[in-house]
Amino acid sequence: RQELLKWNGWGYNDSKFIFNKKGQAEFTGKRYRLGGMVLPTFKEWIEKTFGASLEHKTTSRTSLNVNDVPPSVVNEEFLQDLRATKISYSQDAEDRIFRAHGHCLHEIFVLREGMFKRIPDIVVWPVCHEDVVKIVELACKHNLCIIPFGGGTSVSSALECPEEEKRTIISLDTSQMNRILWIDEKNLTACVEAGIVGQDLEKQLAESGFCTGHEPDSMEFSSLGGWVATRASGMKKNIYGNIEDLVIHIKMVTPRGIVEKNCQVPRMSTGPDIHHFIMGSEGTLGVVTEVTIKIRPVPEYQKYGSVVFPNFERGVACLREVAKQRCAPASIRLVDNAQFQFGHALKPQVASIFTSFLDGLKKFYITKFKGFDPNVLCVATLLFEGDREKVLQHEKQVYDIATKFGGLAAGEDNGQRGYMLTFVIAYLRDLGLDYYVVGESFETSVPWDRVLDLCRNVKERIVRECKEKGVQFPPLSTCRVTQTYDAGACVYFYFAFNYRGISDPIHVYEQIERAAREEILANGGSLSHHHGVGKLRKHWMKESISDVGLGMLRSVKEYVDPKNIFGNKNLL
Amino acid sequence: AKQTAEWPETVSHPLFVCSQQKELTSKKRDEFEDILEERRLSSDLRYAMKCYTPVIYKGLSPCKPNAIKSAVLQSEQVQYVIKQLAKEMGESPDIIQEEATEILDEMGHSMQLGTVRFFAFTLSKIFKRLFQRVCVNEEGMQRLQHAIQEHPVVLLPSHRSYVDFLMLSYLLYTYDLALPVIAAGIGKADFLGMKIVGELLRRGGAFFMRRSFGGNRLYWAVFAEYVKTMLRSGYAPVEFFLEGTRSRTAKTLTPKFGLLSIVMEPFFKREVFDTYLVPISISYERILEESLYAYELLGVPKPKESTSGLLKARRILSDNFGTIHIYIGQPVSLRTLASGRISRCPYNLVPRHLPQKPSEDIQEFVSDVAYKMELLQIENMVLSPWVLVAAVLLQNLPAVEFELLIEKTLWLKGLTQTFGGFIEWPDNLCAKKAVMSGLTLHSNVARLIDGHVVLNDKGVEDGAVGEIVFKRALAILMCATYRNQLLNVFVRPSLVAVALQMTHSFRKEEVYSCFSFLRDVFSDEFIFFPGISLKDFEEGCFLLTKCDAIQTSQQEIYPTDKGNVIVSFLSAMFRPFVEGYRLIFRYLSKETKEAFTEKQFIPGVRNFVFQLLEKGITQCYEALSSDMQKNALAALVQLGAAKKKKTSSGFSYNVNQEAVNKILDMFDARIPVQKPMAARL
Repeated sequence: RQELLKWNGWGYNDSKFIFNKKGQAEFTGKRYRLGGMVLPTFKEWIEKTFGASLEHKTTSRTSLNVNDVPPSVVNEEFLQDLRATKISYSQDAEDRIFRAHGHCLHEIFVLREGMFKRIPDIVVWPVCHEDVVKIVELACKHNLCIIPFGGGTSVSSALECPEEEKRTIISLDTSQMNRILWIDEKNLTACVEAGIVGQDLEKQLAESGFCTGHEPDSMEFSSLGGWVATRASGMKKNIYGNIEDLVIHIKMVTPRGIVEKNCQVPRMSTGPDIHHFIMGSEGTLGVVTEVTIKIRPVPEYQKYGSVVFPNFERGVACLREVAKQRCAPASIRLVDNAQFQFGHALKPQVASIFTSFLDGLKKFYITKFKGFDPNVLCVATLLFEGDREKVLQHEKQVYDIATKFGGLAAGEDNGQRGYMLTFVIAYLRDLGLDYYVVGESFETSVPWDRVLDLCRNVKERIVRECKEKGVQFPPLSTCRVTQTYDAGACVYFYFAFNYRGISDPIHVYEQIERAAREEILANGGSLSHHHGVGKLRKHWMKESISDVGLGMLRSVKEYVDPKNIFGNKNLL
Repeated sequence: AKQTAEWPETVSHPLFVCSQQKELTSKKRDEFEDILEERRLSSDLRYAMKCYTPVIYKGLSPCKPNAIKSAVLQSEQVQYVIKQLAKEMGESPDIIQEEATEILDEMGHSMQLGTVRFFAFTLSKIFKRLFQRVCVNEEGMQRLQHAIQEHPVVLLPSHRSYVDFLMLSYLLYTYDLALPVIAAGIGKADFLGMKIVGELLRRGGAFFMRRSFGGNRLYWAVFAEYVKTMLRSGYAPVEFFLEGTRSRTAKTLTPKFGLLSIVMEPFFKREVFDTYLVPISISYERILEESLYAYELLGVPKPKESTSGLLKARRILSDNFGTIHIYIGQPVSLRTLASGRISRCPYNLVPRHLPQKPSEDIQEFVSDVAYKMELLQIENMVLSPWVLVAAVLLQNLPAVEFELLIEKTLWLKGLTQTFGGFIEWPDNLCAKKAVMSGLTLHSNVARLIDGHVVLNDKGVEDGAVGEIVFKRALAILMCATYRNQLLNVFVRPSLVAVALQMTHSFRKEEVYSCFSFLRDVFSDEFIFFPGISLKDFEEGCFLLTKCDAIQTSQQEIYPTDKGNVIVSFLSAMFRPFVEGYRLIFRYLSKETKEAFTEKQFIPGVRNFVFQLLEKGITQCYEALSSDMQKNALAALVQLGAAKKKKTSSGFSYNVNQEAVNKILDMFDARIPVQKPMAARL
């Protein structure tokens, strides 16, 4: 799989944004709906939004310089023991670099033009639970450090090796543990090895007519074990739940031994749920090897939809009402105006004059007839799932609520494009990097009554910090309400700026991101809704969960892993 | 390359300097522009009817005053209090809601353009008759204009006269800025009594709060929510007076915190991104109410501010009140002030609409900001030549030779500028002319007779002793009103000078202890940033060194040869306060019985001082000022020598005789002052 993926950017090698010979933007490859399409307005949008210009280009080095890579230091005794287990391993530089990072901006930047100070010394590929037990035993015996590696899509610096780690670092790649062990149709559960990647899991379950319904935006690359370790959240959580709702049983190998429960039941009252020590432990306690997860029959019918609101305030009010009536579709998201325009810029060239005429008519109706200001309006995208009849009924209910808040139905196509965007947007950063634009996303969760204030203040803070830090052009600072709950919402921010004229863009970027996080916390938002803490947000843990709370987590770590074998230094 | 993306223009704000130490090098200030000049040249009617399209807050969603009122009434905050009260009193919420509506109507503003135009016209006429010039720093207006577009704005003018808020609104209209909504206090006999003018003012945009509503939770809730709604929506700048009331002495009053904490709350709760606080210094060459204030300070009831009273005040219109200077300070970003100061999320764990007592952190911060704003007001307060004349004259009673007065005034001008005072001395005006014009303008206070300048205490020669004392006191208090404008600029070096004289010592440690004691005693009299006694001392020493009055070494402070003149002058400037406090403390230590109220205290101490004056035992007329008397009592409470208790009819006081005697001893330098922080020197 490593061969299919970019070594210095997001996703598949064959999929990326380019500017073609005519200077028009184009998305390559055939993997996505956008593949091979020309995006005529995109270039203008980039220039307008960032002040970026195609004439100013940076280039990443084209391949890794193996000589720069820190050498692999592994003692021979361990290697002998490892060979005896027959578990495959590698000390190859490219293999090690590939597992030395996640997808934070600074990590990608290092890949493009620098080198990590510390990377894993060896990569091992266990193929089953027992292999993992052996590796952990060996690590304990030789006092080595293990960093579990799943899909490598972390955005919290969780995969970075601590620079000061003197022991050999083993990257434990779970990708070969990717089988579905069994499916229990009576209880609607499946036991799956933790290394399986989201899209493979869904594909294989689909063969039996089932799905988990867990679809984080990274599902093409992220793994089941990774979801558990970070407390992941999926796009369709309204129907299927977040990872903590989906998991029935977890098996984890720790230096202290194997932790698991004695039965696979929907709920039990046996003290604090030990699953909650594991979920969100971010690889600090052990390796998740097998997970029993809830499954559902593949839904009969899916329908996208979208609603245009005159402004963001009305949109949020509508989402709140939908949440209040507990009738949220599988997914409901509200993007602000900047993101709406962004999505608009990624509209492919229209095939016929007729569709273009239709588009014009729609636009005329919304802006002129209904009086929506195109620079203020915002869009909600919807995804319904289930029985055909129920979906249609559900759809009507939601659209009726939307109408009360001034919303206008804006078609299936817009909705579908909105969801497609979340998959391709990660590719966009690589394009930006080629043209002096750095960007990143971050998220939070917040009570309903503070959603508007938080969105406004965080966006404003970003703009101000950029200006103060000498950024030459106003940044893109945009958000969407991406999940709704009874008591609040999850908000997702995109933030990007043109760094021409700044000598240390990464440092500036990090300062601004930090300021944005401070702003989130001051506005009553959480440290993270689903990305996790890693090393990037550790700084705020104490304030987030109190001294005692942190102490509770520390004492668990102390008991489970006294020698700090799982020494990735995340979280605590 | 095409570069369409550009930064919007914004105001840069100054960073908060925690030390609070002012830039002591002579600060560059903006130039003034006379707005009446234009008024004298063109039609007032056309001016009143001009196209008035003020710039507005960028995030404003336009709405009518009525919409705001109903938003306030329906707000969670007000509804919460209504429900609470209904439950507690066993009444139906509807009745309380009605009460809330009435409150809102009483204070609610409803700006009507017609009224604004009416005001613009009449005020033009009136101001032109009353004042020679109304000078404004135009750069300040421009900064304000930017600020209004960017964030909610709170205007914090100094308060010396009723003219203050009329003038400020007039000014904003002139510069095409949104008229502020004014949180002006109303007492029983105050503004609201003036039915017609009151209604006119309301339509002009003023809104009113009762002066005391401590106990009325509903009133507080409605009022607070009203102010906050104004701010959140960015509907108009909110204006109020930190000092709470007009300063009768022209000396900045210690700040009140209630309104300030209300306007800061939307930011604390992150309902707004930021809030601009704009200190505004309004100084009058001659204060309209000067004689009224003097009577009031001496305990003669002031005439009610009824409409008919105002009409009688027509005769004032024929008088000349010189020049007004209005300095719009740099807008200060609350966010910048707060950064790093207060814990990030004090409001995260409780719904924001629930009334919540601010944490100590926040209370302290509010107080610091209040003092900082007042210090900024003081810094930009314009001092006229007459202020210097008054200060010299008061040290040379009963009469001073005209030439000597000029000489000393010039000398004081230099000293004031060294201390950072903002003197407007018309460029090529010679000292003689400046003093003369001051005397002309203030002929009711002082006169030139036979080459000597004397206080205008007419009729002193004839009449009973008591009347002579009263008239003299009146003249001195009026004159003091002008000298007082210097005091907050002079207070730090002067208290060092007083301490030097009181301790008879050159040891820095001892001088500092005495300084620190004086600073505590006078903490209600002058404006000190809380808790930085040592910094204030250092600033005082620095300024004295700068004018060559003292020399300092590691351990010692001693006046230079020529410095004695300055040190004596400075300590004489503050002698009325040292003397006055001493008298008041003496009264309290001997003459009072157990518990007393302010209403008993003021006449008591007044009689006491009056008798001493009659007998000629003291010359400290200023001790008759009720302002000083109240401050001295408050000082005792702060120093722990008196206890203040809340009773059903107000406050009552208990004095600890022993403690007061001890303070008196310190004043008389009979025992050395404690050395609280000597170690830090």
